[in-house]
Amino acid sequence: MDRRSGEVRAKADKVARASYGRLIAILVSNGADIASAEDALADAFARALETWPRDGIPTNPEGWLVTVARNRRKDAAKSAAARTASGSLDDEDFILAERAAQTDMQEPDHFPDRRLNLIFACAHPAIDAQVHTPLMLQTVLGFRASEIASAYLMPGPVLAQRLVRAKRKIKQAGIAFSLPEPDDLKQRLAAVLEAIYGAYSLDWQNNQNCDPTQDISSEALYLSTLVCELLPDEPEALGLAALIAFSFARRDARIDQQGVYVPLEAHDVSRWNRFLIRRGQTMLAKAATFKAPARFQLEAAIQSAHCDRLHLGKVDWQVIAQLYAGLMAIAPTAGSAVGYAAALGRAVGPQTGLAALAVLEGEETKGFQPYWATRAYLLRQAGDFPHARPAYEKALSLTTHIPSRKWLENALENILHENH
Amino acid sequence: MRYTFFLYSDETAFADASQEDIAQTLKVYGTYIRALKDAGVFVDTDWLQPSMTATTLSLKDGAKKIQDGPFADSKEQLGGSFVIDVPDLDAALAWAEKCPAAQYGTIEVRASAMPEGGNPYAG
Repeated sequence: MDRRSGEVRAKADKVARASYGRLIAILVSNGADIASAEDALADAFARALETWPRDGIPTNPEGWLVTVARNRRKDAAKSAAARTASGSLDDEDFILAERAAQTDMQEPDHFPDRRLNLIFACAHPAIDAQVHTPLMLQTVLGFRASEIASAYLMPGPVLAQRLVRAKRKIKQAGIAFSLPEPDDLKQRLAAVLEAIYGAYSLDWQNNQNCDPTQDISSEALYLSTLVCELLPDEPEALGLAALIAFSFARRDARIDQQGVYVPLEAHDVSRWNRFLIRRGQTMLAKAATFKAPARFQLEAAIQSAHCDRLHLGKVDWQVIAQLYAGLMAIAPTAGSAVGYAAALGRAVGPQTGLAALAVLEGEETKGFQPYWATRAYLLRQAGDFPHARPAYEKALSLTTHIPSRKWLENALENILHENH
Repeated sequence: MRYTFFLYSDETAFADASQEDIAQTLKVYGTYIRALKDAGVFVDTDWLQPSMTATTLSLKDGAKKIQDGPFADSKEQLGGSFVIDVPDLDAALAWAEKCPAAQYGTIEVRASAMPEGGNPYAG
């Protein structure tokens, strides 16, 4: 590849990454279904790689691509049989494309951003909830089905089949690429945020396997921020974006050089990303002005309180316990209850934490790793080594995340020493 | 205790699998197997040819009967297995949940009934 075509490819890649979802959203808002929009855009990118090295990069690459893709769709509609797979467009189309790119679409602001419509369609209640996240990753960010499947640790053909079905459903059921009615917005947005949260939680074995997972879970940060830009007055959207920002800010501190998990309160704060933490705090502060606290805002507030160690030099467990109590009140899950007990154990004392855990004992916590890890820790703090040891062993047996296993193994070994 | 995971799934998704698909699937399962090994719980695994290639054999009705096709004709077919060694069912279920097949099929988790140290009459 010569320098020129290398440059063109780099430019095309850049446009693809930054604008994929914008371009797909424009095409579907003009009446295409997702699958044919994707095909048309893929054709347009292929054409760009052919013609840009020869004729130069157009003034407005996005406008050029949209116009070519639109023409490809018209072309396909006119005579599906007449065109070959590689396809060809007549000169007129290119003149049109170039002109469109230079005139009405020259200003980026003129280029309407319809990604929100696309995002809402992906998380529509008529679409199976487990496909919401992959569909968004594909149509808004342009990931290939196999890349998304790898992040989910799922075979590619299985996910590809689900995506094809979901797109067909959107088309056949006539799901509109429009924004929800104000009455529906809260509920529909909840599904969107849940799907983005789903992308963010794709981190099992993440750090020992630097595959696409790393990329894809970091796209959750992009998507959550995008939703805030497009819907600036939604406190829970801000809460989720803040939560993800805090979490990403600390990703380099989460596992040490030996591949051992580092608990949050033991992180080396010099490895935290202060820019992302500030961004999270700004978003959370803005969310608070709406005075409508809900799950993601509270989860973000807990993470924000942990990040305050940066300035306070220590963790204020009292504050964290209070936030968990608030979270339990609005989103009662075993996870928030265990988080509450753990914070209480540190704020007040291990016996108090153990008492809060004892309330949970039952079917739900039998195989719940965080319950056992917290119980083990609190028993050890309380000096109850004979009971701490089996609790650590139980926690370890339930742990599938390798860095966390190493951390628990170390804790177990320390107990054996302390016990003597 | 040893547990076996029997992985059942709808095979149709793999009907037109390309070389690339196969490689990606191996990689996905490879990540899982590596985690099982790093955790020290891995015993064995296998990935089977599609059920339409199965042959069944029985002598229970007196004569040898050989048939083409799987034992049970159902939508979800046995496609592979894992054997792991973990303390109890809770731990086995924690690992089954992470198995790629759980996301697109059903995993039957069964504890071993074999006496400690294997069948004593097997030599």
